[in-house]
Amino acid sequence: MTTPTWTNPIIKWIDYRLPIFTFTQHHLVEYPTPKNLNYWWNFGSLAGVVLVIMIATGIFLSMSYTPHVDYAFDSVERIMRDVNYGWLLRYLHMNGGSMFFIAVYIHVFRGLYYGSYKAPREILWIIGVIILFAMMATAFTGYVLPWGQMSFWAATVITNMFTAVPLVGEAIVNWLWGGFAVGNPTLNRFFSFHYLLPFIIFALVFVHLWALHVHKSNNPVGVDMKGPQDTIPFHPYYTIKDAYGMGVLMLVYLAFVFFAPNFFLEPDNYIEANPLQTPPHIVPEWYLMPFYAILRAFTQEFLWIPAKVLGVIAMFASVGILALLPWLDTSKVRSARFRPIYKQVFWLFFVDCLVLGYVGANPPEGYLILLGQVATAYYFLHFLVVMPVLGIMEKTRPVPDSISAAVTPGGTSGKEDT
Amino acid sequence: MRTSILGATVALALVTGSATASEGPKLAAQNWSFGGIFGTFDRATLRRGVQVYNEVCASCHSLKLVAYRNLGDVGYGAEEVKAIAAEFEVTDGPNDDGDMFTRPALPADRFAAPFENDKAARAANNGALPPDLSVITKARKGGSDYIYALLSRYAEDPPADFELSDGMYYNEVFPGHQIAMSPPLGEDAVEYADGTKATTAQMSKDVTTFLVWAAEPEMEERKRLGIIVMIFLTALTAMLYALKRMIWSDLH
Ligand code: HEC
Ligand code: HEM
Repeated sequence: MTTPTWTNPIIKWIDYRLPIFTFTQHHLVEYPTPKNLNYWWNFGSLAGVVLVIMIATGIFLSMSYTPHVDYAFDSVERIMRDVNYGWLLRYLHMNGGSMFFIAVYIHVFRGLYYGSYKAPREILWIIGVIILFAMMATAFTGYVLPWGQMSFWAATVITNMFTAVPLVGEAIVNWLWGGFAVGNPTLNRFFSFHYLLPFIIFALVFVHLWALHVHKSNNPVGVDMKGPQDTIPFHPYYTIKDAYGMGVLMLVYLAFVFFAPNFFLEPDNYIEANPLQTPPHIVPEWYLMPFYAILRAFTQEFLWIPAKVLGVIAMFASVGILALLPWLDTSKVRSARFRPIYKQVFWLFFVDCLVLGYVGANPPEGYLILLGQVATAYYFLHFLVVMPVLGIMEKTRPVPDSISAAVTPGGTSGKEDT
Repeated sequence: MRTSILGATVALALVTGSATASEGPKLAAQNWSFGGIFGTFDRATLRRGVQVYNEVCASCHSLKLVAYRNLGDVGYGAEEVKAIAAEFEVTDGPNDDGDMFTRPALPADRFAAPFENDKAARAANNGALPPDLSVITKARKGGSDYIYALLSRYAEDPPADFELSDGMYYNEVFPGHQIAMSPPLGEDAVEYADGTKATTAQMSKDVTTFLVWAAEPEMEERKRLGIIVMIFLTALTAMLYALKRMIWSDLH
C-alpha cells in the first residue's frame, strides 16, 4: 500500500499532523479484501451499526428515565407517552437488543463454519468472545431497568447465582445488591453498569478491528490471500455490499419496531416489579435462553460440589470455552467446505443450541430436564471431544491453492454449500 | 444436509409454537379494528369503551398512566373531555391551611383512582387487588383476545368437580379459573349513548378496545409512520441492491 499524496492543501496540512485521511484510505478505501466473501460476512458491520443505534437511543432514553424502584416502571411508560417520539426511542432500543444478538450470533456461527478463529486470528476471536460476555452483561442489566416483574425476578435469580461461591458467596451477593435483597441500590448500580458497558464494548470493537486489519478477513474458501488477484478494494465493493445489507437489516428491524414492538418481550415485564409475588416461571430474554438451560441442567451434586455451583460454572464455561476453540480444533483446514464431516457436525451443534434455547424457555419439567442435560452434555462434548478428534481423523477434501483458483471456473472447489 | 437441518429447525419451531399455544384454554382470535399493520381504533367502539370503563370498571380499577386530556387524541372535543373529567373526584392539596381536599377532576388529571391505596382497594374487594389497567393488554399473554375472553367468559356454574372458594367466581380463561372479580358486564350494564345494544360481548369488545388504546396510545401514529418508513426503506434497499450489482459487475 502506498501513502497517498493529497493535493487539497487543507487535507494535506491536516494529514501531515494527524493522518486520518491516509488512515481512512488504507483501512476503508484501498483496504484489500478477499474477493469471494459471501453475505455471511455482512453481519460484523451490521452488529456495529446496531451498537451505534443502541448507544444513540440509550443516551436519549437516559435523559428521561428514572432509576428508582418507585419510578422506573412509570418513567419508561412516560417516555412512551409523554416524550416526543419516546415510543420510537424505546422500541428501537428494546428491539435493537434482539437485533444485536441476532447479528452477533450469525457472525459467530459464520466464524465457526469457516474456521475464522484459526491461526493467525486467535486473538481477534478471543476479543470477540470478550465482547459477547460484555454484551450479555449489558443486556442483562438493561433488562432490569424497566423494573417489571421479569426485570426484578431475573435480577434476583441471576445475582443469587453468586451465593454458589464457597464461603464468601453470601457476602458477595449482599455487596452486589447493596443490601439484603434486590432493591433500589441494585437498580442504581445496574443503570450505571448498563451505561458504562456499551462504551467498553465500543472500545473492544476497535481492538477487534485492529486485530482484523493485521491479517485481514478470512473467506469462504479459508485459504490466505496470496496477492492482488485474490483481493478487491474495500471501497466501493464492500461499502456498497454492506450498505445493501444494512437496508435489509433495517427492513427487518423496523418491521418489528413499528408493527410488533413487543414481540420479543415477556408480557410479565409490563407488570410492575413486586418482591412479594414470584411469577409462575422466570425467563431471561430469548438470546440468553440456551445459557439459562445449561445453568439449570445440573440437578445433582458431583464430588461434593453442589449442583448450583456446577450450573454456574458450566454456564460461564459455555461461553468461555469458545476462547479455547482455536486450540481445541486440531484440523489444518479452515473452511467447512473442505471438511465433509465437520460440515455435518456444525449443523448438529447448531441444532443443539436451538434445543438448549427451547429448553431454557420452558419450565424445567418432565422430559425437558433430561433433554436439557443431554443437550448440555453434547454442547461440551462438541468442543472437548468432537473438535479435537475430528481434526485428526477427518479426511478433508483437497483445498484449492488460492482464492482465485477456487472461484474461477476450473478451480478445485465447487460452488455448493456456500 | 442443509435442507434437512432447515426442516428440523422449522419442525422445532412448530413444536415450540404449539407447545406454548397449548398452555391454558384456547383464546378465540377476535376481529379487532386495530389489528394488522393498517388497523386503527374504530372511534365509535372506542367511545362506547370509554363509557363502559367510566361507568363500570372505574369503580374498582385505576388507570394511572392515562389522563383525561388524552381522550382529545381520539376525537373528543375539549368541552367533552372537561365534562367527562368533571364526573370524577380527585384529591388535591395541601391547600393554604395545610389540608388535602377533593375537587372535580380536570382534563390534565390522570383517570381518578377509586381507592386511596392498595390496602383500601383490597379491603373493598374481599382481599383481592384490582390491578391498574393502564398497560393490562400488554401485560397478558394473548393481549386483547385474552381480556375480551376474561370479561365475556364467566360461567354461572363451575364444572361439578371444581371447588370454588367463597366470594370467588368461575372464569374460563383466568389462570386457575377462580377470579375475585365478579362478572363486571352483565347484559345491559350500561345504556349506550349511541343506542347500540349493550350485550356482554359488545361491552367486552368495546372496553377491550379502549384498554388497548390506553396501553398503546401511540399505535396509530406508530403504524402510519411505519408504513411510510417501510416504503422508503424498500425503495432505498432496492436501489442499493441495483447499485451493488452494477459495481460488482466489472469483476469476474
Ligand atoms: C367490583 C370491582 C370490580 C369491577 C367493577 C371490575 N373489576 Fe376487574 N378486577 C377486580 C378484582 C378484585 C380483580 C382481581 C382479581 C383476582 O386477582 O382474582 C380484577 C381483575 C381484573 C383484571 C386482571 C385479570 C388477570 O388476568 O389478572 C382485568 C383485566 C380486569 N379486572 C378488567 C376489568 C374491566 C375491563 C372492568 C370493567 C368492565 C372491570 N375489571 C371491573 C375488581 C373489579
Ligand atoms: C450494547 C448495547 C446495549 C444493549 C444490548 C442494551 C440492552 C437493553 C435492554 C435489553 C433494555 C431493556 C429494554 C426494555 O425492556 O425496555 C435496555 C434498557 C435501557 N437501556 Fe440499554 N442497551 C445497550 C446500550 C445502552 C446505552 C449505551 C445506554 C445509555 C447511554 C442505554 C440506556 C438504557 C436505558 C435508559 C434503558 C431503560 C429504558 C427502557 O427500558 O426502555 N442502553 N437496554
